[in-house]
Amino acid sequence: MTGRIFSVVGGMFLLTVCSKGDNSHVQAAPPAVDPAPASATAAATAGGTISGKIKFTGTAPRNPAIDMSEEAACKSKYTTPPTEENVVAGPANALANVFVYVSAGVPAGQTFPAPATPVVLDQSGCRYHPHVFGVMVGQSVEIRNSDPVLHNIKAVAKKNRPFNVSQPSAGMKTTRTFTAPEVTVNLQCNVHGWMHAWVGVRPDPFYAVSGPDGSFSITGLPPGTYTIEAWHEKFGTQTATVTIAGTETKTANLTFAAR
Amino acid sequence: MRWWLPDAGSTFAGPIDTMFLVILILTGIALVIVEVGVVAFVIRYRARPGRKAFYTHGSTRAEVIWTAIPAVTMVALGLVSNHYWVMMKDKESVPPNAIPIGVHGKQFEWQVSYVGADGKLGTDDDVTVRNQLHIPVNQPVAIELTSEDVIHSFFVPEFRVKQDAVPGMHITAWFQATKTGEFEIGCAELCGMGHYKMRARVFVHTPDEYTAWLAQQAAGGSE
Amino acid sequence: MSTVAPVRSEAHDTHHAPMSFWQKYIFSTDHKIIGIQFLFVSLFFLLVGGLLAMQIRWQLGFPGKPMPGGGILPESMISGGVILPEYYIQLVTMHGTFMVFFAIMPLLVGVYANFLIPLKLGAHDMAFPRINMWSFWLALLAGLIMVAGFFVPDGAPRAGWTMYAPLSARPDLSGATYSQQLWSISIVVLGLSSVMGSVNYITTIINHRAPGMSFFRMPLSVWSLFITAILAVLALPVLQGAAIMLLFDQTIGTHFFDPVAGGQALLWQHLFWFFGHPEVYILILPAMGMVSDIVANGSRKPIFGYYSMVFAMIGIAFLGWIVWGHHMFMSGMNPTLGSTFMVSTLLIAVPSAVKVFNWLGTMWRGNLHLHVPMLNAIGFVSMFTIGGLSGIFMAATPVDIPIHDTQFIVAHIHYVLFGGSLFALFAAIPFWYPKMFGRLMDERIGKIHFWLTFITYNLTFFPMHIIGMGGQMRRIYDPTIYDFLKPQQPMNEFISYSAFALFAVQFLFMFNFLWSLKKGKVAPQNPWNDNGLEWSLPNPAPHGNWAPKTPNVYRGPYEFSAPEAGDADFLPQTKKLPTDRDPVPASISGGGH
Repeated sequence: MTGRIFSVVGGMFLLTVCSKGDNSHVQAAPPAVDPAPASATAAATAGGTISGKIKFTGTAPRNPAIDMSEEAACKSKYTTPPTEENVVAGPANALANVFVYVSAGVPAGQTFPAPATPVVLDQSGCRYHPHVFGVMVGQSVEIRNSDPVLHNIKAVAKKNRPFNVSQPSAGMKTTRTFTAPEVTVNLQCNVHGWMHAWVGVRPDPFYAVSGPDGSFSITGLPPGTYTIEAWHEKFGTQTATVTIAGTETKTANLTFAAR
Repeated sequence: MRWWLPDAGSTFAGPIDTMFLVILILTGIALVIVEVGVVAFVIRYRARPGRKAFYTHGSTRAEVIWTAIPAVTMVALGLVSNHYWVMMKDKESVPPNAIPIGVHGKQFEWQVSYVGADGKLGTDDDVTVRNQLHIPVNQPVAIELTSEDVIHSFFVPEFRVKQDAVPGMHITAWFQATKTGEFEIGCAELCGMGHYKMRARVFVHTPDEYTAWLAQQAAGGSE
Repeated sequence: MSTVAPVRSEAHDTHHAPMSFWQKYIFSTDHKIIGIQFLFVSLFFLLVGGLLAMQIRWQLGFPGKPMPGGGILPESMISGGVILPEYYIQLVTMHGTFMVFFAIMPLLVGVYANFLIPLKLGAHDMAFPRINMWSFWLALLAGLIMVAGFFVPDGAPRAGWTMYAPLSARPDLSGATYSQQLWSISIVVLGLSSVMGSVNYITTIINHRAPGMSFFRMPLSVWSLFITAILAVLALPVLQGAAIMLLFDQTIGTHFFDPVAGGQALLWQHLFWFFGHPEVYILILPAMGMVSDIVANGSRKPIFGYYSMVFAMIGIAFLGWIVWGHHMFMSGMNPTLGSTFMVSTLLIAVPSAVKVFNWLGTMWRGNLHLHVPMLNAIGFVSMFTIGGLSGIFMAATPVDIPIHDTQFIVAHIHYVLFGGSLFALFAAIPFWYPKMFGRLMDERIGKIHFWLTFITYNLTFFPMHIIGMGGQMRRIYDPTIYDFLKPQQPMNEFISYSAFALFAVQFLFMFNFLWSLKKGKVAPQNPWNDNGLEWSLPNPAPHGNWAPKTPNVYRGPYEFSAPEAGDADFLPQTKKLPTDRDPVPASISGGGH
């Protein structure tokens, strides 16, 4: 009788312990104080650069307007109705918010310490600022609420441990860190379903996000042949191969097809 | 500070509020009998030197009376309740001319879908709006409740309407608003950390306003 | 005597070699020690539940304001002193869980079924003393597993004490991971404890009654515990099954409750409430039984309508199996089922009403001694009446529509569980304290505690009926989000202040309980002039009770002011009058080892 009880309870314990776990842990890191935007590796300032412009062909789909009538505190921050940011197009079909990174070519075994400065993600006017950003493995992301309303930040991740935290009032700050490379982790607010942000988590500092004119620049690359991948939330991915010999700047323009 | 149920806003409020009042009176009578009895007995039968308690094991007659009266009252209450319950919740009771509107509960918003030109829900010309329910006054409306993820509950206090939205189920909740204006919808089933923020609004329009609003949506209103 | 050590009769010593401290107090098989162990542990969990409630009331009364003392809690629960929404729903979940499963149920059953049943029946111990010991240790283990939920990554479960699926089955939707699994394990372990206990109670009551103790001479406290044990042994396994299914949904990929792959969300509710409704009768019947004993004692009169009281409890227990759907009127189940459950629910009001009238009848023309147990027992009668009557509003299904899942329901729950069960415990604990510890709790502190509790308790919970009518939903972190609730916010503040006062008053009880252990007046053998068998033993009752002898029982349990008693106003069940004949000895007697 005693033995049976133990085996049943023990069995259930084993079930819990051996259940589908995941391989990563989110640790809360203290918010960084250092405002200097220095990059961590000494090699980063010296080295080659890959830069270029991202464009798309075809017609940009319409970005629907966001009706914030049910969140007066956010609606009041806009003079004209805000629109979704699925496709942010610039002059001459430039494509902004494309996450560009080196997907292959970095010598194996080379490690890059994460910067001490956190990346700041702000929720303001019921939008994420920035909409797309990169962060290094182990680097803090400091999430701030600048709205006097509840936002929750749900991280939908496959390689990293998902999380879901709430910030019910303005001024709240939460810090999270990602432990595994992943392109991309989706951050979303469930109270305001239009709010999405995309995070590219990389083990090295060789990434960039294209600006409003579609331009990007990845610096500090040691000599080598690299594959760069550009990721867009609607248009998918594009790749290119670039060889860096020394400290030159190589251009790689990428074009997406609108869909 | 309100001391009573919210102001009536639908055809259901009349019967429900009346029943509430009747039950309040019946239970109030029972409560007064018991509480006054307790206080009176505590005062009147307090131990005093030289007193002895009255030795009795009970009274069958008393048992019969105070079993029969509550039983009859409960049966009567049940019959009346059931009549209105069937009217409010039974599928057969949904008026055939009720306007179908889809309400899809999701952590943590209400997605409200309006039929397009084809008059049917669930087709491509439906218009979906976040957190706003627009209905005409004095016309029955049939909400088709669904859920994306967990159990939510659609609750409009003034309409005396409440119905859980269950994932995997299609549940119809009908009602008819009796006054124009804006009312609030709350979620009445714990659905996660944002449960308290699942607030939406009902806009009860005059028939003209309602037609105008529908036309505006068809022309491509906002997200 | 001033220690808790039981007096051992000489004859008894031949049974045992001297017991070590561990055998006597920690791994004891003595039903009385086990009852006392349950008492200390459960009072601790009652305190935990109360602390969780204080945090809930802080947030509801003062939404978004930093909570005093909040700094000691981690960032995942409190940010800048402000309770976070995900912590708030952990609070409401764990408050209900600890109070129902680890405070009220074990206080009523674990303590008093264990302590009273053999004593009130003339038995030496329970039928299965070792299983009884296991019952306590499993209950404690279950409690510790549940507490662990606060300390594992992602924090405690947060789908309400009712754990509705799919929210509870999907960690990606609730945010609770390991703790949700620990919940299931804790429930399974607790269920084992409950079933073991119930088996003991049922067997002891059927087999180990002293000669002359027929079923209809048993005190109503024992009847209530008997019926409760039958409910428990049938209901807890259903919850265990449901908890295991939930655990499997979270760990090994089943989808019992998740419609994504063919499961049914409502299945959880049916299983949970099929257990849940008998569970609430488990939480009230022992209270009713003990109140009956105490009201008769305080009135110095037999209980009015003894047979009606027994059959009313049986009726409540029987009907209690077929009312579970009244928790699900809004759930989306077939409305026709709603009609049937409404009928059975309205009917169950009848036996409850019968009991209230019988308690009144007991007090009527009595000679009321308003000692602390009697005050609290009368408090039970008046508060349980309110709780029971408010249930009628919900039973009438159309009226349930506006009040379901609002603070009206919260008011009802607390009127029956606090106004009912907890007041009954405030009566039972001082009443049987001398039997447990050989001392009396202080009467004056007890009276002050009763009155202050009664007042602050009603100020806390009665207004919840009103804000529930106004539409305030359950388990919401901040009512002021809704315009229609803003006008009621001052009432929420008032309730919170009352709740803080109510909690503070309980320190009087805690002090009285602990101080009296060592400093209380030494109790005479029968301080309440009661008729029960337990009072024919010294205080505290010795190990083995009457062993090796077994008392004879000559009459029913409530012969207060019987003419045969003469000048005394009580007549113990074991007192042999010249006109009495000895009962036929039972074939199985004594019980225990």
